[in-house]
Amino acid sequence: MSPDTALRGRPERRAYVNAAIVDPSQGLDGPGGLIVADGRIVAIGPKVTAATAGTSTPVTDCGGKLLFPGLIDMRVFTGEPGNEHRETLASASEAAAAGGVTTMIVMPNTDPVIDDAAIVDFILRRARDTAIVRVAPMAALTQGLGGELMTEIGTLQEAGAVALTDGRRAIANARIFRRVLAYAHDFGMLVVQHVEEPTLSSGVMNEGEQATRLGLPGIPAAAEVIMLERDIRLVELTGARYHAAQLSAAASLNVIRAAKARGLPVSCGVSVNHLVLNENDIGAYRTFFKLSPPLRSEADRVALVEGVADGTIDVIVSSHDPQNADTKRLPFSEAEFGAIGLETLFSAAFGITRSGNVPLTRIIEAMTARPARLLGLETGTLAAGAPADFVIADPDQTWKVEDSGLRSRSKNSPFEHHALEGRIVETVVAGESVYAYDRR
Amino acid sequence: MTPAKPRTDRILEGQHLLGIETLKLAEIEALLGLADRYVELNRQIDKKQSTLRGRTQINLFFEASTRTQASFELAGKRLGADVMNMSVSASSLSKGETVLDTAMTLNAMHPDILVVRHHASGAPDLLAQKVGCAVVNAGDGQHEHPTQALLDALTIRRRTGRIEGLTVAICGDVAHSRVARSNIILLNRMGARVRLVAPSSLLPACVDRLGADVFTSMAEGLAGVDVVMMLRLQLERMQGAFVPSTREYYRFFGLDQKKLSRAKPEALVMHPGPMNRGVEIDSDVADGIQSVIREQVEMGVAVRMAVLDALARNLPGGGNA
Repeated sequence: MSPDTALRGRPERRAYVNAAIVDPSQGLDGPGGLIVADGRIVAIGPKVTAATAGTSTPVTDCGGKLLFPGLIDMRVFTGEPGNEHRETLASASEAAAAGGVTTMIVMPNTDPVIDDAAIVDFILRRARDTAIVRVAPMAALTQGLGGELMTEIGTLQEAGAVALTDGRRAIANARIFRRVLAYAHDFGMLVVQHVEEPTLSSGVMNEGEQATRLGLPGIPAAAEVIMLERDIRLVELTGARYHAAQLSAAASLNVIRAAKARGLPVSCGVSVNHLVLNENDIGAYRTFFKLSPPLRSEADRVALVEGVADGTIDVIVSSHDPQNADTKRLPFSEAEFGAIGLETLFSAAFGITRSGNVPLTRIIEAMTARPARLLGLETGTLAAGAPADFVIADPDQTWKVEDSGLRSRSKNSPFEHHALEGRIVETVVAGESVYAYDRR
Repeated sequence: MTPAKPRTDRILEGQHLLGIETLKLAEIEALLGLADRYVELNRQIDKKQSTLRGRTQINLFFEASTRTQASFELAGKRLGADVMNMSVSASSLSKGETVLDTAMTLNAMHPDILVVRHHASGAPDLLAQKVGCAVVNAGDGQHEHPTQALLDALTIRRRTGRIEGLTVAICGDVAHSRVARSNIILLNRMGARVRLVAPSSLLPACVDRLGADVFTSMAEGLAGVDVVMMLRLQLERMQGAFVPSTREYYRFFGLDQKKLSRAKPEALVMHPGPMNRGVEIDSDVADGIQSVIREQVEMGVAVRMAVLDALARNLPGGGNA
């Protein structure tokens, strides 16, 4: 990037030209440019070039690199409030910007829990004051994530919650989940479930040969499939919009396919970790690979990649979950679940366009247009009039993930020391550059 | 201080003994050969050696185990090491000190060998990455118990003269047993055929892929075997609904004379201890002529001496022998 792109303040007007634009929301996939003004996109397409931008408009030449809508990460845990030593909204947003994520959907599993309009308001104000990307919270479905008492769903929605979830926890009680779905349906709110039957999920990794060898208690794939099948019956009963936060097992895909074929308002996500890694990466008890749901077999991973490719899986998330030494440098069974991932989200996902033959447009759609549509956001698109949230990425640049270079306050990256393809070189939020890759 | 010089009589390739999984057949056989010599030594009146003189061995037990700790303590002392026992109770861990904190504190005291027992699988692996001394796994969670498998192998080999070609039935709570895992690996590596006999609720997933034929009936599983290895049934297993009662367990999986009669007439009966008499094993069998259970205890000290000796040879400065 030339130095003049290190912008300060909101630019009046700027053209980005000579880019390879990918915007699945408009079916764009080809050379072109865009013009931003007042934080919004005013023109986009092949006709936007340095010549057509007008002499008074400053121009950034993208050098043929990729330009696509800023990513929307539907599953981000931070430590704010409650565990700021692991991550704040500010530190998470720095990592997000470096990873091409312009909207973080933060989970309610904080201390205190985001189960009250005042906490939603706190998150939005803290984000406005400290974060460099957009932040929107999902609120808890049940008070204190206790799985029993419903939160004030209507009030939470008014306060700015974009969806409802108990985050890492599944609502196990079918009667309560049914009522929550029915009530949320009246407000049109998306209900996001961690699909794992708790009574089958006391283990710490995928059940199978690997767990048996390591002497670790396993979590069977059936724990996920059982919960998913039950939930879909309840969706049928209530008509609520339902989203399975993260799938890990091949068997779950057919359940989703069948539900979609029946026209149910069902969608699902997958973490990029589950598209790239499998249970063998745990090796000798590497706790950075201890995830919930667990990394499963290579056959499951391949099936999930296919699920992304054919659209069965709607959304790719980072499931960014900062943990540090106090929770990760422990014996495997005692360590916390979770891995950070905001900064590596795009690059890790980009890898499967090459290894898994998934079209880049599908990958980008799963991190832009689809989550935007599920959550009712106006971002996730480069259509004229939309907020100017976008990313420039170099598909030919390989970079090595080192924890010292990561911006997250916690360093529990499963991609540490990995070489990833595709690098974010600039991130723009509301027309303002919030990250520019420094080549030094 | 003798200057460091490379030893030519190395037995183990690695710095630690974390499990059987990482041992090659030649390493196992060399350890057993050395243990044979220590068996003879232990039967003499003067048992004291100077092999580990000047060395400090810390037995770090996060889980109570009188027998294993005593066995390691005796092994270290007979080889001339200074042995310290540290029992870390659950209460000090609940103060927030992690296993690594404890290990790093001890590491600062410059031990040469750390013998670790921990309730979590993989805890010794974690310690081995962070400390400078040799780490011996004295049992971790449901993962491995390498010295138990070695002492079992030594017991069998001294009784039958071989391990290759034998059929060994491992019976009982395989799911929660580190002894079973280490034995499955070791016996396979030495060319024995392994059977597992247990109710399905006590068998871990895909355990056959570790190299074992699986049976859910004692009559079938014990038919014609050379060795019957019983596992301890933790009495709290009733709570998790793994088995209905000790009474029913004894009826179908407890080793009595009738079930044992399915095995070869001279079949060995083994148990890692401590036994639940009348649960997984009948007293008549435990104390009968086919039982080698007390011999296993004797072999335990010899095997642990061999392990400590072998690891000391790889320490900076080598062994003193």
